[in-house]
Amino acid sequence: MIEIRNLSKSFTLHNQGSAAIPVMADAHLEVAPGECVGLIGRSGAGKSTLMRMVYGNYLAQEGSIRVGDLDVVSAEPRQIIALRRAVLGHVSQFLRVVPRVPTLEVVAEPLLRLGVPADQARARAARLLTRLNIPERLWTLSPTTFSGGEQQRVNIARGFVHDYPALLLDEPTASLDARNREEVLRLIEEAKARGAAILGIFHDEAARDRVCDRLVDVTAFTPGLAA
Amino acid sequence: MTLMPNAITAAPLLSVRGLTRRYGARIGCADVSFDLYPGEVLGIVGESGSGKSTLLSCLAGLQPPDQGKILFDGTDVLTLPEAERRRLLRGDWAYVHQNPRDGLRMGVSAGGNVGERLMAVGARNYGAIRATATDWLGRVEIAADRIDDRPSAFSGGMQQRLQIARNLVTGPRLVFMDEPTGGLDVSVQARLLDLLRGLVRDLGLSVVIVTHDLAVVRLLADRLMVMKSGRVVETGLTDQVLDDPQHAYTQLLVSSVLQV
Amino acid sequence: MTGQAYNFAYLDEQTKRMIRRALLKALAIPGYQVPFASREMPMPYGWGTGGVQVTAACLTPDDRLKVIDQGADDTTNAVSIRRFFQRTAGVETTEATSEATVIQTRHRIPETPLTEGQILVYQVPIPEPLRFLEPRETETRKMHELEEYGLMHVKLYEDIARHGEIATSYAYPVRVGGRYVMDPSPIPKFDNPKLGGNPAIQLFGAGREARIYALPPYSDVVSLDFEDHPFTPSKTDHECDLCGAGDSYLDEVITDDRGARMFVCSDTDFCASRQAQGHRGRLAPQGDTP
Repeated sequence: MIEIRNLSKSFTLHNQGSAAIPVMADAHLEVAPGECVGLIGRSGAGKSTLMRMVYGNYLAQEGSIRVGDLDVVSAEPRQIIALRRAVLGHVSQFLRVVPRVPTLEVVAEPLLRLGVPADQARARAARLLTRLNIPERLWTLSPTTFSGGEQQRVNIARGFVHDYPALLLDEPTASLDARNREEVLRLIEEAKARGAAILGIFHDEAARDRVCDRLVDVTAFTPGLAA
Repeated sequence: MTLMPNAITAAPLLSVRGLTRRYGARIGCADVSFDLYPGEVLGIVGESGSGKSTLLSCLAGLQPPDQGKILFDGTDVLTLPEAERRRLLRGDWAYVHQNPRDGLRMGVSAGGNVGERLMAVGARNYGAIRATATDWLGRVEIAADRIDDRPSAFSGGMQQRLQIARNLVTGPRLVFMDEPTGGLDVSVQARLLDLLRGLVRDLGLSVVIVTHDLAVVRLLADRLMVMKSGRVVETGLTDQVLDDPQHAYTQLLVSSVLQV
Repeated sequence: MTGQAYNFAYLDEQTKRMIRRALLKALAIPGYQVPFASREMPMPYGWGTGGVQVTAACLTPDDRLKVIDQGADDTTNAVSIRRFFQRTAGVETTEATSEATVIQTRHRIPETPLTEGQILVYQVPIPEPLRFLEPRETETRKMHELEEYGLMHVKLYEDIARHGEIATSYAYPVRVGGRYVMDPSPIPKFDNPKLGGNPAIQLFGAGREARIYALPPYSDVVSLDFEDHPFTPSKTDHECDLCGAGDSYLDEVITDDRGARMFVCSDTDFCASRQAQGHRGRLAPQGDTP
């Protein structure tokens, strides 16, 4: 479902002497449907960079990233937009939303963008918020006013509201208490069971051991760090 | 399952090639080309004088370009007879001005402002016009009992929402926006952005939005075009351009603003 | 002073020819405002200089001229314009609508139906019906050119929104021959139905604005309205207190300091003719001599 070949990336900082900083070289990776692959490696080794490239958020210099039948590296922006809408979900560490939009709308939005009728979308958003223990009295408020843990759970609900065939998870269990952590791990297991291909970063080792089928050390792809 | 939604197979709604506008020796915008697809929001960013407003007014037919081609739904807009081009501007197209005073008739009631485009395309039933105007006021969160008030009695945010209702009432497919959140307080901006996002999504609008506010395009635009000195220096997916800018100018632009 | 010093009907022949060309063009494009080189006239703008120039260009020595102001032959404006042409053209004048060949009018159409061969000349203060909402002349011309008349209905919409009905009661806009929207000059909307299908030639002259427009005989003229607020040519719900007419346009006249009032036909010739035929209203002088 996700297939990375010969992937390379460098940053060129034009306003700082045009220094080219290679951050990834010759990366290879595959994630099959129903599989969860965890990225590991020391801080700064490029785990997040790789995730961002798969999502189309960072450009690649060389190589290919196939998600489903689209090569993200060479795709048109609108193809990536369509991919993100229907195929590739992303739970980032930070919630970025329009201020003053109610939580229920924030979570339902991915479904609304897919054309799901509003009542169905909201019903599904409500089920997820309930599972993730966001009290109903908060649903009409904007999540921008919430605590870090609550924002994280809203973000997860938003990422799981549609059954994406592929999912990127960046520290989904960070800053969660035991009960909510358990709920998130169950969501991941359910997604795997329905055939989702998941690529994730988990600092929480117990969580990683529980949901990941394989681990990939990105240090191997880091220029200057590769063993 | 189909992995690609069918939007991908659609033809571009707006196709622009080599659009150039000069003011004497000075360049307004030069050699701008892009495609805009149905339901897409394209943000055009750049500092003052970068040519983004010139480009927008050329696109919307407010001033003629010196060179280039603009195809709307396959029709060459620049060679259209003026009557048909103006018909586009009050039917399939809409233009939201930065200053609502430029886009509203300040001496006409809110209902008359919203109804004008309906009447311009032939609506002749007062009750139906008024019902549609009331509905649209509701959609832009203006209370129905303000329908007979003039926009001069409205706050800046309300005026801007009224301008949006006035523009969208005829169900345009393409909307041009020039700094629509420009003169508004931050809290009012957020509400307007949310409203615009909902309307774009629910109505399947294609939008070209010009702004210098990167936070606005981050939340509203699917794709970005970065302009400098009249030329496009970088294009791409909005978050990609903002998070991994390739051109020196874009890097400067992105690093010059506080966290967006 | 005699009229000998003047060319026939005051204007020189070149000027009259220029105006006639504008009139022919206006008749060829009903409702379209034709610019013309409006001349200074020996009377102030607002006193009918446009109408006077059109009348001057139309008059022949055989014509019989009638001049009315608000329907009356005997008001200052009507009297002075009539005297102007008596002196400068030497034409016959009349107060009888049916006997006149040329009628110059301000703010009314005579009640007596006009006939073929008659010319009705209107004095027009503001020829542009769209000016109420769009002050830019370049833009209003463009709107006429492209038949963009939605704005006209915005004006009517505003009327209904504010007053519950179309409150425009004079200078009520019309569409001519399905094409041009036209200001019929400040006639009461009661007169609007007489604009269309009229056997006479109707000419409109705006002196200050230097515009001429026209309705050829039997033109198709439609008063603008909404489906659910149709045009109604309303008038005061009274009969004439002098001649008893129930179907003519009435003026309200205050008759004393205590607010007593009477309603009389604004068309003095119409009213006098009816009284001559023996019709009597509520306050008509009694007796058998009119």
